[in-house]
Amino acid sequence: MTAALRVLAPGLMTTLQDLGRTGYQHLGVPVSGALDHVSLRAANLLVGNPAGLGALEIAYQGPTLRVEADSVRIAVAGGRAPVDILPMDNGGNGRRIATLESMYLERGETIRIGALTGSSVAYLAVEGGFAIAPVLGSQSTLTRGAIGGFEGRALKAGDLIPLRRDAAPEREEVMLPSLDLPSPARIRVVLGPQGDHFTQGGIRTLLESAYTVSQASDRMGMRLTGPPLEHSSKGSNIVSDGIAPGSIQVPGNGLPIILLADRQTTGGYPKIATVISADIPALGRMTPGSKVAFEAVGVEAAEAAARELAVMLAAMSGEIVPLRRQPSIDLARLLAENLVSGMVDARE
Amino acid sequence: MNPEPRYLHSGDTALVVEFGEQIDARVSGLVLALAQRVADAAIAGVVELVPTFRSLMVHYDPVRLGHADLKGRLAPLVLGLQAAELAGRRWRIPACYDESLGLDLADVAGRIGVSPNEVIEQHSAATLHVYMMGFLPGLPYLGGLPPEFGLPRRENPRIKVPAGSIAVAMAMTVIYPLESPGGWHILARTPVPLWDMRRDPPALFAAGDKIVFEPVSLAEYEALLARAAAGDLDLAPEVQPTREPGA
Repeated sequence: MTAALRVLAPGLMTTLQDLGRTGYQHLGVPVSGALDHVSLRAANLLVGNPAGLGALEIAYQGPTLRVEADSVRIAVAGGRAPVDILPMDNGGNGRRIATLESMYLERGETIRIGALTGSSVAYLAVEGGFAIAPVLGSQSTLTRGAIGGFEGRALKAGDLIPLRRDAAPEREEVMLPSLDLPSPARIRVVLGPQGDHFTQGGIRTLLESAYTVSQASDRMGMRLTGPPLEHSSKGSNIVSDGIAPGSIQVPGNGLPIILLADRQTTGGYPKIATVISADIPALGRMTPGSKVAFEAVGVEAAEAAARELAVMLAAMSGEIVPLRRQPSIDLARLLAENLVSGMVDARE
Repeated sequence: MNPEPRYLHSGDTALVVEFGEQIDARVSGLVLALAQRVADAAIAGVVELVPTFRSLMVHYDPVRLGHADLKGRLAPLVLGLQAAELAGRRWRIPACYDESLGLDLADVAGRIGVSPNEVIEQHSAATLHVYMMGFLPGLPYLGGLPPEFGLPRRENPRIKVPAGSIAVAMAMTVIYPLESPGGWHILARTPVPLWDMRRDPPALFAAGDKIVFEPVSLAEYEALLARAAAGDLDLAPEVQPTREPGA
């Protein structure tokens, strides 16, 4: 029998994502990939995978998945979430595990991930990865084009997501003591490339206002509400040109849209600025209703920030340590989870 | 003498080499020629190249290649560019201009100041040229419409444009291969799938192809759509007419 995870409940929007599908933008194929690649890498490293392997991107509300393999090792990183392991046939009370820890699960056990806090996304990686053939070089899902991932779509109840390994090797579990997922007060941007399509006042408005992340945001773009940005006499149309990750396009209504993982490859609205690559994971973590403000930096500063992030990512695997359970914390967890009645039952 | 291109930063991961701000066959030729040269140069740290009407977007990894070094590598490549000659295929693409599918036909007719039938006649009479692919998998940007079609995009883009929609703005035409957000004025819809993973490459069109729209009735559209859904609508390009000697 094929080793797999059975989807009992899909969560709000759970998709397979890796670091994206590069090399096909000239045919109009969006890059896609993880909204927060920092957390994707952490989840993979915790289960001994290459950092950029495809993992389940969980948005807002996590899935419930049953292990239909001899065993599997998983880890969750990103937004904080209650992660419960329910035993076979739902007998007993289960146990709650932490994010940023690896966990060995056996056939029939169920993992249930609740609502995320602190980020819009979290990643669930499995040791060895998912047995999903790459499409155009990537496991990432583009639901808008039904390209890649699991059948080109978000998971549904009843899906059987195949695993590369029938069983996870037994070994010591590990943890990442901390993962720095900053929420900068100001997102850094490089102005342009179409700065001349905006008045000085329009650019000042962008840099001096607070915007709110709209409910209409998705993996393609983050729509912002707030003061509209004033176009110059050159107007709100350009002859379509390329779009970079983090491009901030401003259509005729003046409200900025920041283009994210599933962004279109080209577009015809002028782009007032571009979010620097080091701050894009922070954008990917923002939830609707969050406030966002911007700060202009030069390309040199953006490159320095990119190198800094690369150093942090390269050091991540060295920070993984053997998992040490602290009894006092376990007790606190038990109390917090109201499992006391279960303990009483066990004495009877 | 070629115009000196402008270098524009799109953050720290993309550099735009811009040859102009208008849609122009010669500018497009220069862009495609530069794309070829940069690809041949195989610059370490360049991730991928996206040619557009008027500029080449060079996506790069800022950790491996700084913007100053990238500009230094590109500068000699833009010298003495020759506009590429585009030898494309010719396609006749069925298009249903029924008002139930051409959602903005009446509005566009009103803006131009002609009847809807005249819009259909003009739009389907033109031989359109694929300048570039972009925005979505398999989406062609088509030039060659009369200047009357030089309308700005809608001020409020639609959240959902149906797949197959044929839409105009700025004297250009696009065909949306998938349901997606979009800000162009929808004139018609085609049943032909523009993106199909069973094909290699999955995109039906490529930059340089020529397209003529052939108006079909709603009934014909629905019949063709049913064939497409059954995987039985394999459109082939027309055979290139061979030029007679001395003609």
